[in-house]
Amino acid sequence: MAASEVLEGRTETPGSEALRGLRDTLPFMFGSIPFGLLFGTLATGAGLSAWETMAMSLFVFSGSAQFIAVVLLGGGSGIWVVWFATFVLNLRHLLYAATLVDHVRHLTQAWRFPLAAFLTDETFAVMERRYRTKGGGANAHWYYLASCCGMYANWQFWTFIGITVGQNYPEVQNWGLEFAMVVTFIGIVVPLLTSVPYWAAAITAGLVAVLANPLPYKLGLMLAALAGIVVGVALDIRKRGLDAPASGPAAQDPGP
Amino acid sequence: MSVAVMIPLMILGMALINLAIRWPVYLFANHFRFPPIIERALAFVPVAVLTAIIVPTVLYPGDGTKLDATWHNPALLAALVAAAVSYFGKNLFATIGAGVVAFLLLRWLLPI
Repeated sequence: MAASEVLEGRTETPGSEALRGLRDTLPFMFGSIPFGLLFGTLATGAGLSAWETMAMSLFVFSGSAQFIAVVLLGGGSGIWVVWFATFVLNLRHLLYAATLVDHVRHLTQAWRFPLAAFLTDETFAVMERRYRTKGGGANAHWYYLASCCGMYANWQFWTFIGITVGQNYPEVQNWGLEFAMVVTFIGIVVPLLTSVPYWAAAITAGLVAVLANPLPYKLGLMLAALAGIVVGVALDIRKRGLDAPASGPAAQDPGP
Repeated sequence: MSVAVMIPLMILGMALINLAIRWPVYLFANHFRFPPIIERALAFVPVAVLTAIIVPTVLYPGDGTKLDATWHNPALLAALVAAAVSYFGKNLFATIGAGVVAFLLLRWLLPI
């Protein structure tokens, strides 16, 4: 970011920054409504109580991890598999934090903690764009915090509505909507297949996952994920050399 | 361990894992450096993990023990429809809509 961009921005008050942050996050809040509803409705069918479903949205606050927990629990997976999948899949948030860290370095730890804990795909998209186009500014962290709070409150509200729907109309859980979660994953993966290394990573992961499916404790899933990553990186290095920077578009995420 | 104990433990673990991923970079912002090879590997994570979840879920319907790679498997056909819509349409909501509608129709139409 050029210094001139920082100077261009007028000094906004915390309130005006927060309003803008919320406004710029609104499209993403609308976008995650169906996912919050779907999660709330289907989680109880996968063996979670209403309280547990709500607690997952409140404390985990990660759409893809929550979807995966429901799909994996429904398929009879154990707790370790869910933890592994959560960890590996959400590792991308490390990249987000690494991208934004220059803009939060000057803040106190009391500010940095919520800005880190609520760093979802959507807020990353909003903040990356904001810092790239308008630069920082003395109160930019209020804009960031408002984006976080908007996404969080929205996710809790629609999870709650989803739970209510699932409890009052339990037959909804037999409609086959759980397939919507699988299709959501497909809709995330396919646009990421932009070059040979990504195709190779997906094909390898899919093939190994099927071949290793009989292994106990869903070890096949972990094996397949690792094999896909190794093949992808190897081909990426062959294609672009050892010192090229990381590539590829960021994943779209269901909900936060 | 009973299921009643397991789910809260699972949620707690997931919450801590997420925090362990999102927080350290900001916490240690002043001493932070990322090995480039790790950054490149991270870029492949979503594709690899999600595919490793999708493919067996679709190919092993029901209790997940029997491979069904035939056209009698509505999940397989609907997944192919969704993949095609995603590839040509590039729209997440159109993909979800097409995949779910295809799944429900096929489940109703296909002889079991």
